[in-house]
Amino acid sequence: MTRHGEPPSEQPSATAEEQALIPGSGGGGAAMRLIVPLQGIVQGHGGGGLVLGSLLPCVLFYAFQMFLKRSRSPPLNPPADGPENRGVVRSSSRRRLPARDAAVSARAALIAKSGDSAYAVGEKRCLEDPYHPFDNPDGVMQLGLAENRLSLDLIDDWLSKNWKDTMLHQRQGGALNIKGLATYQPFDGSLEFKTQAIAGLMGQVMQGSVSFDPSCIVLTSGATPAIEILSFCLADTGNAFLVPSPYHPGYDRNIRWRAGIELIPVPCRSTDNFNISVASLERAYTQAKNRSVKVCGILFSNPSNPVGNLLRTETLLDIIDFATEKNIHVIADETFAGSIHGNEEFVSMAEVLNTDGVDRTRVHIVYSLSKVFSIPGFRVGIVYSFNECVLAAASRLSRFSSISAPIQHLLISMLTDVKFIADYLKMNRERLRIMYALLVSSLMELGVQCVKSTGGFYCWMDMSKFMKSYSEKGEFELWKVMLDSAKIHITSGTTCHCIEPGWFRLCFTTLTRNDVPLLMERLKGVIHRQ
Amino acid sequence: MQCATNPNSNGKLSDLATSNTHGEDSPYFAGWKAYDEDPYDAATNPSGVIQMGLAENQVSFDLLERYLEQHPEATGWGCGISSFRENALFQDYHGLRTFRQAMATFMEKIRGERAQFDPERIVLTAGATAANELLTFILANPGDCLLIPTPYYPGFDRDLRWRTGVNIIPVHCDSSNGFEITPQNLEAAFAEAEAKEFRVRGVVITNPSNPLGTTIRRPALEDILDFAARKNIHLISDEIYSGSVFSSDEFVSMAEIVQARGYKDCERVHIVYSLSKDLGLPGFRVGTIYSYNDRVVTTARKMSSFTLVSSQTQKMLASMLSDREFIGNYLETNRKRLKERHEYIVEGLKNAGIECLQGNAGLFCWMNLAPMLNESTREGELRLWKLILHEVKLNISPGSSCHCSEVGWFRVCFANMNQQTLEVALRRLGNFMVNRRRS
Repeated sequence: MTRHGEPPSEQPSATAEEQALIPGSGGGGAAMRLIVPLQGIVQGHGGGGLVLGSLLPCVLFYAFQMFLKRSRSPPLNPPADGPENRGVVRSSSRRRLPARDAAVSARAALIAKSGDSAYAVGEKRCLEDPYHPFDNPDGVMQLGLAENRLSLDLIDDWLSKNWKDTMLHQRQGGALNIKGLATYQPFDGSLEFKTQAIAGLMGQVMQGSVSFDPSCIVLTSGATPAIEILSFCLADTGNAFLVPSPYHPGYDRNIRWRAGIELIPVPCRSTDNFNISVASLERAYTQAKNRSVKVCGILFSNPSNPVGNLLRTETLLDIIDFATEKNIHVIADETFAGSIHGNEEFVSMAEVLNTDGVDRTRVHIVYSLSKVFSIPGFRVGIVYSFNECVLAAASRLSRFSSISAPIQHLLISMLTDVKFIADYLKMNRERLRIMYALLVSSLMELGVQCVKSTGGFYCWMDMSKFMKSYSEKGEFELWKVMLDSAKIHITSGTTCHCIEPGWFRLCFTTLTRNDVPLLMERLKGVIHRQ
Repeated sequence: MQCATNPNSNGKLSDLATSNTHGEDSPYFAGWKAYDEDPYDAATNPSGVIQMGLAENQVSFDLLERYLEQHPEATGWGCGISSFRENALFQDYHGLRTFRQAMATFMEKIRGERAQFDPERIVLTAGATAANELLTFILANPGDCLLIPTPYYPGFDRDLRWRTGVNIIPVHCDSSNGFEITPQNLEAAFAEAEAKEFRVRGVVITNPSNPLGTTIRRPALEDILDFAARKNIHLISDEIYSGSVFSSDEFVSMAEIVQARGYKDCERVHIVYSLSKDLGLPGFRVGTIYSYNDRVVTTARKMSSFTLVSSQTQKMLASMLSDREFIGNYLETNRKRLKERHEYIVEGLKNAGIECLQGNAGLFCWMNLAPMLNESTREGELRLWKLILHEVKLNISPGSSCHCSEVGWFRVCFANMNQQTLEVALRRLGNFMVNRRRS
């Protein structure tokens, strides 16, 4: 299937402190740096009195950047070392063109190229011109990232009450003692953290239907490395995973870049409500075999990203049976397990693995704290597996993607506050439900249908009737119009490897209720134009 | 951890997962296991194994603790929603600008302001381990090789080779010139690589050196950079011990060499740094890549998605590392204490009849036990190592695990324990030497 350039990598949040356009990889003059001050943008929606407080610094900032750019042009002669030069000459090395440039690896070249795709350009636009209800109401609404801002206040509230017990302070009181946090820790997480915090938390997330064994846990600095680590363990370069599509575009980066594993999309169709069918898996497996490509596993997400549907127990068992028959592995990406907002009950692979006769050692599950707790910045991912060899290899590999001790320390406090966690999960679920319902009904009024989603942060919308042509090209043009004219950045179905053109993924958890009317207005503009 | 079941019966695992390139079966790591099972404690286990194989800096914790006590806002989570939000949601692989700025400041301070660092060239990773692996992924294809002067940090075998599929060709150095790296040594290694039909992609130096505990002199650094330019390959300078040089003016950073050359032809130079050794904060997992190559910076940044530093850690350390007074005082005091420890252990070893390579940096000594070997072979060295581990109850690192071409050298760490423990260790070693000489 053709794609419009490389799929974009998961881009930085629009609330980042500042973003800079990286100077291009060729030689040449320094690119303009645009610093987007943070304060005004992040200072909570609905806070008043921010305009003057943040616009003025914004203006000054831009002026300062212009000044710096002018004074940063390379001098004719290299500067002498000296304190008087320090402030000005902190610039790049591109003062002279190199005689010869030592090459980078093929991997690096591929990654560098991916920055040129149309979608990467779209991501950049969001960073340069991010929407803010007060400071930048005409900015680009970034609805392509999975961030949950709906319940940040709950976490913040807990922290402001409890921070003294967290981080570097001894929980038992007494003097500050850094040794326990500063020194080398097990790279895959301390046993205390795994037992007290993670196993307990995951049990609560699953509402008691599963009890998690701490010795089956390996911790990593996020779900991204967790999936990569599993990929390294389960397949060699050149092997492949079957991935039901549409799927999360991030997989293309996480699994192909360094592990070099091919992803074979297994198309799911709207007529089936995008459910996985074993017949499709079988077909894809055979086709791969005919191409002499070795399939080593199946990777799927549940709740599904981007569609948001849940897999039934029978489907999970069917997948395990299929994998057993082919003697391959299963990676279940359950990073949205804590974000169920619909009425269906979520059945985790972890629960299914307790069924008699099921081979537990070929299924590996990934969780992440980012999605549950709106705290991606803390970097905590979880590999959960009953396979001793995978655990052994994964815990050794976690040294390259390890979580920090202070974060573990903090999270032990937070995650063992059982009442807080229970309240949080309940309230977060309610807020997700309300926001999702609002989006879906608003979209319906515009004539945009969404597939019923039970978990996750996305609406999976059908905008095919607004395309000029029922094709990838038509979809891309519609995507571009939405970005350029309506200044809405959403993820196109093609980026998710959807076989049917016209589907789009929209993240609803970065919005507040007040943003929705504006969003609908902008969408309406696009729809009527088409 | 050994796999009890056949790893291939339930779905084959990758070659990577089942290989032992992780190297954790080597003596370097086996000693750690012995320590874990029987760790020394002055009160509860005075005859336990003393860990002298871990290069960790515990001599200056009190300075950090005092700073954090006086600056509680650094350990808090910020006041109010805005600050929390910005940290919670922040997952940008650029890293917090204030933190990168602080790292640049810190690195400059370490080098006595003799080099400048641009925060825009700093890429953050979860530790130097990740930084080294990431650079290898970027600079070399599977099957290529890196040249590394010996003796070198045993972890490189794993960190640079395991997932990357890249090979290491050692650049053999020996005690005849204090293990200094010479153009002849480099050329010999390059020739060896060519004979094996490996494409050489770069040289990796550690400066100050682990395990030698010495800084690389300026002329040698110039030679190494010239060599890299001649062969059109990269140069990675791992400078994680740069803040642990006993006299700050004895350290010359590759950054200074590059600057002195007017940044000419420096796109091949990349510096690795971390807070694990100088600040004694390995648990925080903070490493950096500093590259003079734009493309490498951009690519490394994207690839750092696999190994990000938590935003709260960045925020906390940003304020500490920007405090020029604090870091100035810290660096000076830390250096002084390390120097004192070093002098103490060298003296103690001398009294026991053990010579060390003359060192001026790091958290360890490179001592020569060759006269003690029953036979001057690798096996002889390992036998002695085992003896020292199991009978003297000291875990030290044998030179063979560092790929040293001369037998009988051992690395012994002195900064990961208190003075009393070091005393005990030296006493045990002294007794051992006396007994050995008698028999």
